[in-house]
Amino acid sequence: MRSTTEKMKVDPRDAKLSMAHFYVAFIALALGGLAGLLQVLVRSGNFQLPAPITYYQVLTVHGVLLGLVLTTFFIIGFQFAAMSRTAGTLSNGARKSGWLGFWLMTIGTAMAAAMVLLNKASVLFTFYAPLQAHPIFYGGLTLVVVGSWIGGGAMLTSYVRWRKQNPGKVSPLLSFMVVVNMLLWLVATIGVAATVLLQMLPWSLGLVDTIDVLISRTLFWYFGHPLVYFWLLPAYMCWYVIIPRIIGGKIFSDSLARMSFILFLLFSIPVGFHHQLTEPGIDPAWKFLQVALTFLVVIPSLMTAFSLFGTFEMYGRQKGAKGLFGWLKMLPWGDARFTVPFIGMVTFIPAGAGGMVNASHQMNQVVHNTIWVTGHFHLTLATAVILTFFGISYWLIPHLTGRVLTKKMNKLALIQGCLWAIGMIFMSGAMHAAGLLGAPRRSSFSTYGGSAQATEWIPYQIAQAVGGTILFVAIILVLIIFINLAFFAPKGEQEFPVGEAAETAEKTPLIFENWKLWLGVTVVLILFAYTIPLIDMIQNAPPGQKGFKLW
Amino acid sequence: MHMHKFEKIWLVFGIGSLLVFLNVVGVSAFYMGNQPPSCLTTIDPEKVDTTKPFNKPGLHKVEGKDWDYELVFVASAFSYNPAKVVVQKGVKVKIMATTKDVIHGFEVAGTNINMMLEPGYVSEYVTTFKKTGEFLILCNEYCGVGHHMMSSKIEVVEK
Amino acid sequence: MAMPELKTKTQTKVEDDHSSLKGTLASVFVLGCILIITWVSVYFLYLDRL
Repeated sequence: MRSTTEKMKVDPRDAKLSMAHFYVAFIALALGGLAGLLQVLVRSGNFQLPAPITYYQVLTVHGVLLGLVLTTFFIIGFQFAAMSRTAGTLSNGARKSGWLGFWLMTIGTAMAAAMVLLNKASVLFTFYAPLQAHPIFYGGLTLVVVGSWIGGGAMLTSYVRWRKQNPGKVSPLLSFMVVVNMLLWLVATIGVAATVLLQMLPWSLGLVDTIDVLISRTLFWYFGHPLVYFWLLPAYMCWYVIIPRIIGGKIFSDSLARMSFILFLLFSIPVGFHHQLTEPGIDPAWKFLQVALTFLVVIPSLMTAFSLFGTFEMYGRQKGAKGLFGWLKMLPWGDARFTVPFIGMVTFIPAGAGGMVNASHQMNQVVHNTIWVTGHFHLTLATAVILTFFGISYWLIPHLTGRVLTKKMNKLALIQGCLWAIGMIFMSGAMHAAGLLGAPRRSSFSTYGGSAQATEWIPYQIAQAVGGTILFVAIILVLIIFINLAFFAPKGEQEFPVGEAAETAEKTPLIFENWKLWLGVTVVLILFAYTIPLIDMIQNAPPGQKGFKLW
Repeated sequence: MHMHKFEKIWLVFGIGSLLVFLNVVGVSAFYMGNQPPSCLTTIDPEKVDTTKPFNKPGLHKVEGKDWDYELVFVASAFSYNPAKVVVQKGVKVKIMATTKDVIHGFEVAGTNINMMLEPGYVSEYVTTFKKTGEFLILCNEYCGVGHHMMSSKIEVVEK
Repeated sequence: MAMPELKTKTQTKVEDDHSSLKGTLASVFVLGCILIITWVSVYFLYLDRL
């Protein structure tokens, strides 16, 4: 029997499973990043794609690879490592499930990618009906989701095993957080699975002629908002649990960390309407209800901000920092494992501010589907989350491959983080500004027939191209570091840092592990926010729409 | 569960701000009528051209309603009908729009007019143009290869 | 922001448990101000375009 108490090192067999996910994730980063570079260049008005390739095909590649593939594979890989480290080496069954999930996700990705490359699915990563992609595209997406369920199931069994072996004890914080994120994912993906399996697949196969567009969009956004929290929570895991250990401090409060994760589980799902605020088919009162619920999901992030600053200040003061902000100087700025995610944390402040604007009911009309929104999620996902993921890889990859992060690579990683920040200030800043002027997202370069308004946007598009080019250089640095850490760095022991709660902290109550309660409340909130609007949509449905291939 | 006094202060301040924001948009929406476009009217997407008012796209003077004009738009890949309209400054206009094929956007750049057009639904928004000049209408939801060409114009002129 | 008042309080009670998190409180209030300024700016843009 293997011991399932906390081990300092991830078992090599589990490490292999995690690494498999990371290879796919970083290949997606390389190709998706290249697609991003092509887009900003096209949109600057000074570059044209060679003949058969279209802007929207490249845009689909960018969104699918970076928004869906990079994130999902990285998160599942990271969470397997986190479970193995904190809840004990995976059982053989769990590991086998992990591999099955990995291969299903990889095959699904390949299927979807093939259709996109053949220009059979230039429907962007949101694939809104009635644009109709090839059935193999939808089939591929289904396999990605089913694969993630199997992987997630393996993580949950690991947690259940730990609880059985440690009755009456509070689970390791990192394992607890992984469980919350996978439960969130399981509940959320029901929506996208429903629209793909019940609506889009039969419709694209020609079994039914028409599709209900509004129901499909509603199911998509039931999934689409918790999706962004599925991306964010692993970054929060790093900020709450891993960063305190890296700086040499303590976790601010184990209980408050668990509470904020539970709040995310409860409130990140019944809020999808805030993506549908300008749609004709939903009653404004129900839109407003979901806006109010969206504002509730801000609260755990406010708590997180306090906890993180608290961790840093407590550490700095213990080192003798003086004054109001003296503790900032005590932080290990030369350590990329800290600094790169820290840039991400800071970015989450303007990112959150923009998010509150987006969700504010009628104010959404100012920014809806303008490039402001693109600027917004390049701060949330493409900076706060992804820089944290890069920060994680800088110690996790060498930990898993039995190598070390050298001083040279650490320096390169710091440069990478700074370049990212500079590039993103240009790109996202210009996107926010142009968006307020009305420039649309997801559009190729256009002067709109010489419109004076559209002419005003061009300087911002050039700034986006400058920022995007800097970001692409930063991606190349990430890839160099990844290849070094995976194959060439010197052999050695790189720590998997897991923080501990401060000694003064009180005992964590067991209520947080009462999943029947939390899932129950989650389901009640979802039913409350969605039942009546969905019945309305079905009862008052217009005739369905047939499929279109307009690319 | 213990919470630091400063964290309580912060959360009271933060949650208080959120409540203020919610109240501001809520009062504006429910008491002053500034709701986001939510028309709730359906239409057969196959029969847009024969369904009133979409059988006659363009600007129409109306009597006895809360608004002076109805501005009717029909969107289809990759154009709007009409391609240009002239509207007087300061008159109340109800914009009514729908789509014949896929989802399109209907955004008048530099204004609050920004709504989704979905097959089967009518989108409406009542507004008054306060500034003169030429405003670009554009599609801000991806609709296919000509998406970035899809536009129309509203010229606002003095009364 | 209530920072000056805060400082005088902490000077009188140097060993106060709370004093060790005054930087945190100041930081989150800076964050809160960024949120409010952003939101209010766009709200006024909305009103201006109404």
